[in-house]
Amino acid sequence: MNIDWSIIINFLPQLFHGAKITLYITVTGLIGGITLGAVIGLMRAYGGYILNTLAFIYVEIIRGTPIVVQVMFLYFALPVLVDIRIDPMTTAILAIVINAGAYVAEIVRGAVLSISKGLTEAGRAIGLPRWKVVVYIVGPLAFRRLIPPLGNQCIVSLKDTSLFIVIGVGELTRTGQEIMAANFRAVEIWTAVAVFYLIMTGTLSLLLRIIEKRMRIL
Amino acid sequence: MSAIIEFKNVSKHFGPLKVLEEVDLDINRGEVVVLIGPSGSGKSTLLRCINGLEMITSGDLLVDGLSVKGGNKILREIRQEAGMVFQQFNLFPQMNALENVAFGQRHVRGMGRKAADISAQELLEKVGLGDKSRHYPHELSGGQQQRVAIARALAIKPKVMLFDEPTSALDPELKQEVLSVMRKLAEEQMTMVVVTHEMSFAKQVGTRLIFMEHGKIAVDANPADVIDNPPNDRMKDFLRHV
Repeated sequence: MNIDWSIIINFLPQLFHGAKITLYITVTGLIGGITLGAVIGLMRAYGGYILNTLAFIYVEIIRGTPIVVQVMFLYFALPVLVDIRIDPMTTAILAIVINAGAYVAEIVRGAVLSISKGLTEAGRAIGLPRWKVVVYIVGPLAFRRLIPPLGNQCIVSLKDTSLFIVIGVGELTRTGQEIMAANFRAVEIWTAVAVFYLIMTGTLSLLLRIIEKRMRIL
Repeated sequence: MSAIIEFKNVSKHFGPLKVLEEVDLDINRGEVVVLIGPSGSGKSTLLRCINGLEMITSGDLLVDGLSVKGGNKILREIRQEAGMVFQQFNLFPQMNALENVAFGQRHVRGMGRKAADISAQELLEKVGLGDKSRHYPHELSGGQQQRVAIARALAIKPKVMLFDEPTSALDPELKQEVLSVMRKLAEEQMTMVVVTHEMSFAKQVGTRLIFMEHGKIAVDANPADVIDNPPNDRMKDFLRHV
């Protein structure tokens, strides 16, 4: 076995480029996913029968199917069904939005419902309209409880981007695969790829811990 | 004396469960009505129907002439007429005492921040907590939290105050500080409806005692007359146990 860690240096620019694409998909996808999740989650918590049911169906479909199948469906099945062809990058971002959206929706619903009903009643009892109760009383409290599970979801979504190798998006895992195919340096390259992921997820964890510390959970 | 709260043949059902059955009741301005009764008799529900936290199933219920069935806008007006104090205090935990009290004035009465803060400070002083205005709920004792909650309810300038077992979650010593604030309110001619088990309070402060049983008003009388001399066995039995 000859292992030569120094060869990694030659591939650093490529790996950095792959990591940048991974980050881009993650960040854009999560901005969309968290927004979508917030809307769906509030529909689950406050919506009437119809909104609640629609949101429930969406969440169940997404949670009940593997993300790889969702990506394949978006990329290969959608063009057949409705004649919409989207490029791999857009597909990747869309997949994160739709997938993270479902999980975030459950996180938001859980956080909102965990806030004592008494506080909502106290707000309504002083004559606040319902939306003000949500915005000023339940919202800020639920937000604090949202942070830990939301952080978890961010890390999961970041790692999920590695699945986009199946539709040929040049993110970090695919970059590793390409380098590997040329030189067969499996140990060095996959170690380097793993370290890149660890640095990104580690930074996210650290960021979360700082936010959690600065915000008292009430 | 004119009635400020009028129950007209009010029923409230939770599914098959009849919690209130055809209740007729007028409460006049300045009265301190004490509601007692075994658990499940409907006393808390009766109170919560007044400010629409529970919607009545049939009949009508007027607060200062406004019907609780008048829709959301009217309901919000009613809630500004009727302040409520809860058994579990329910202070907003992310706000300090002053912010809790000022919140309603700013967001319901549309008062500016400065004016709301000044008036909130005055209310905190009134309940004996002028020096605790910057404390958060978790830094206050139960009795102090409940007094802040009373100040918060008073801040929206209600004409009626509704108390839902305000001292049931408190130690005997802490009960007294809350009861003395309530006594002070009664002396100021505030109309009050109080669900409680504090019979000494009922006797000293109450102007009217209502004993509820199975969703109906079983006894409606002067507290001093009936507490030592219950008119029926069921009430006698109940009073022996509180």
